[in-house]
Amino acid sequence: MARSTRVFAAVATATLLAVAAAGCSDSGGKDAEENDGGGGGGGGVNTPRMEIAMVTHSAPGDTFWDIVQSGSKQAAAKDNVEFLYANSEKDDEQARLVQTFVDKKVDGIVVTLAKPEAMKSAVQAAVDAGIPVVTINSGAEFSKEYGALSHIGQEESVAGEAVGEELNERGRKNAVCVIHEQGNVGLEQRCAGVKKTFSGSVENLTVDGASKPAVLSGIQAKLEADGGIDSVVTLNADVAASAVEAKDASGSKAEVATFDLNAAVAASLESKQLSFAVDQQPYLQGYLAVDELWLYETNGNVIGGGQTVLTGPAIVTEEDAPDLKKFTERGTR
Amino acid sequence: MTATLPADPAPKAADERLLDASPLHRLLGRPELGSVIGAVAVFLFFAVLADSFLSSLDTVLYAASTIGIMAVPVALLMIGGEFDLSAGVLVTSAALTSTMVAYEMTANVWVGVFVSLLVTLAIGFFNGYMLVRTGLPSFIITLGTYLMLWGANIGITKRIQGTVSTKSISDMQGFESARVLFASSIDVGSFKVRVTILWWIGLVALATWILLRTRWGNWIFAVGGGKDAARAVGVPVQRTKIGLYLGVAVAAWISGQHLLFSFSGVVQSAEGRGLELHYIAAAVIGGCLLTGGYGSAIGAAIGALIFGMAKQGIVYAQWDSDWFWFFLGAMLLLATILNSWVRKRAEAAR
Repeated sequence: MARSTRVFAAVATATLLAVAAAGCSDSGGKDAEENDGGGGGGGGVNTPRMEIAMVTHSAPGDTFWDIVQSGSKQAAAKDNVEFLYANSEKDDEQARLVQTFVDKKVDGIVVTLAKPEAMKSAVQAAVDAGIPVVTINSGAEFSKEYGALSHIGQEESVAGEAVGEELNERGRKNAVCVIHEQGNVGLEQRCAGVKKTFSGSVENLTVDGASKPAVLSGIQAKLEADGGIDSVVTLNADVAASAVEAKDASGSKAEVATFDLNAAVAASLESKQLSFAVDQQPYLQGYLAVDELWLYETNGNVIGGGQTVLTGPAIVTEEDAPDLKKFTERGTR
Repeated sequence: MTATLPADPAPKAADERLLDASPLHRLLGRPELGSVIGAVAVFLFFAVLADSFLSSLDTVLYAASTIGIMAVPVALLMIGGEFDLSAGVLVTSAALTSTMVAYEMTANVWVGVFVSLLVTLAIGFFNGYMLVRTGLPSFIITLGTYLMLWGANIGITKRIQGTVSTKSISDMQGFESARVLFASSIDVGSFKVRVTILWWIGLVALATWILLRTRWGNWIFAVGGGKDAARAVGVPVQRTKIGLYLGVAVAAWISGQHLLFSFSGVVQSAEGRGLELHYIAAAVIGGCLLTGGYGSAIGAAIGALIFGMAKQGIVYAQWDSDWFWFFLGAMLLLATILNSWVRKRAEAAR
């Protein structure tokens, strides 16, 4: 026992030393990263310190919500705001988190309404306690009813419809809509939106989003099973990369389009492996929500005058790629 | 049967063991027999029902290999009487470590790959060491590791790289050569052999050799069959169990490198959750007992094959994908029931 521990430690140390002595990469890596600063920002304001909490339905480690948070933090830094964040995929837990912040008497709450019924009483409790609430992302139709100041986001079905129209314009006939998280209402709405406006046929395909090899082989299987597919629509930037791999591996001629952005998507747009992406500007959702609460507190303003403020859908293609690459790499677009 | 020796052994006496040694009976006694029949059934089912199933067997094998690489050490661990719930996220940890070490140090990609091996082995060692030191069930120990790794994967990635998925290392030195080893493919006619399939076959062969031909194999069966009895006859129980967790770590490292090098060098930090159950399922379908002491590496490979065939076959058959998980669950249950039914018949016939 003790011997194996010591042997292990010795091997570990030796290898680490060997590794440290090994060569460096002349290309890529941190040294190549240009320091174009994403965070930070100017001097900020001298209005009283505020506390704003955000509660989302995000799964942990989701790129999209990470970008939303970047936006909020940037606005918070500028507005002299203490930004608090919590998330849970489970609707009852999300509601409880909102209640926790109500009890904490924060100065404003940002909340997503992906599961509106579950959030209703929590949002109303905040409003009753005199805490202004801004809703973001999905659930625009419930925002006002629940007593929120305003809603900032994108209608999932509208975004899907935009994709359907874009596919029509590109003369596509036969699309697959890849659902990477079964039972997610927003994802279903996106595919339903595509189906609504697309004049060709749309089929949904469920894959296991927890494993990239599974996503790859699932999409590849679909393309092999049906040679008539000419478009693959993915609903998340990370799935898009696997869809491109699957297309190459299966020898299919299908074009891949996706919702949402990340650095890899921007690069694939530039190399035309992806035909287009739908950006709902998550950074803007986080940024505007915090800004809205600050504006309301300091100046009584309501962005959009109480109407839903749309952040998307914006369709981006290879023409936008050079700028997008810069922004996606620092995690703000 | 072996328990009752008749008073007059003359007519049957040593026959029993002699009979068992005949090839047919040896075959019937193998743990993977049932799963072979299950695999054949699933294969025929989809070969008939799904048009492009036969022409796309390379994709099926790829899907099976990504589960199969992990199912091998997970099966050994189960034969040794333990579980590892952290195996799924450990794969992601291995991939994240390679990419972030290489990126942050601007080092050759191979540096990241080797550091990752050390880190992964250290986590496997932690699981094993905690297990033998605390005496707690492996379920609890590895559940703790699972949650810690899951959180650390996201937390550390976010802290170091600023976003929850890593930056691409595909333009760095060493990437192409590492890609050849972990994520390339060879065309044999129209059949695309992905390198994961070779890794898989290699691991199955190695594990089978260890189990059946070495002292280590005897130890693994012994500690899974009964820890105290094993210790009483001089089996180094603690070292064996730690070794089994190190085995899982090595396979997780290989899988992690595949994850990294096949997807343009970008890793999603929240990935891998739930996959540990797929590995365990493959081992169980392949005839490993949940209670330990019984099973085989080949069985686990066939379990992974059934898993891969069902997973891909459902798509090839163009079934409504809303029902995907239902179909997959039903196929697995059927395959396993068939498997245990065949095994019981085989044992009864013995």
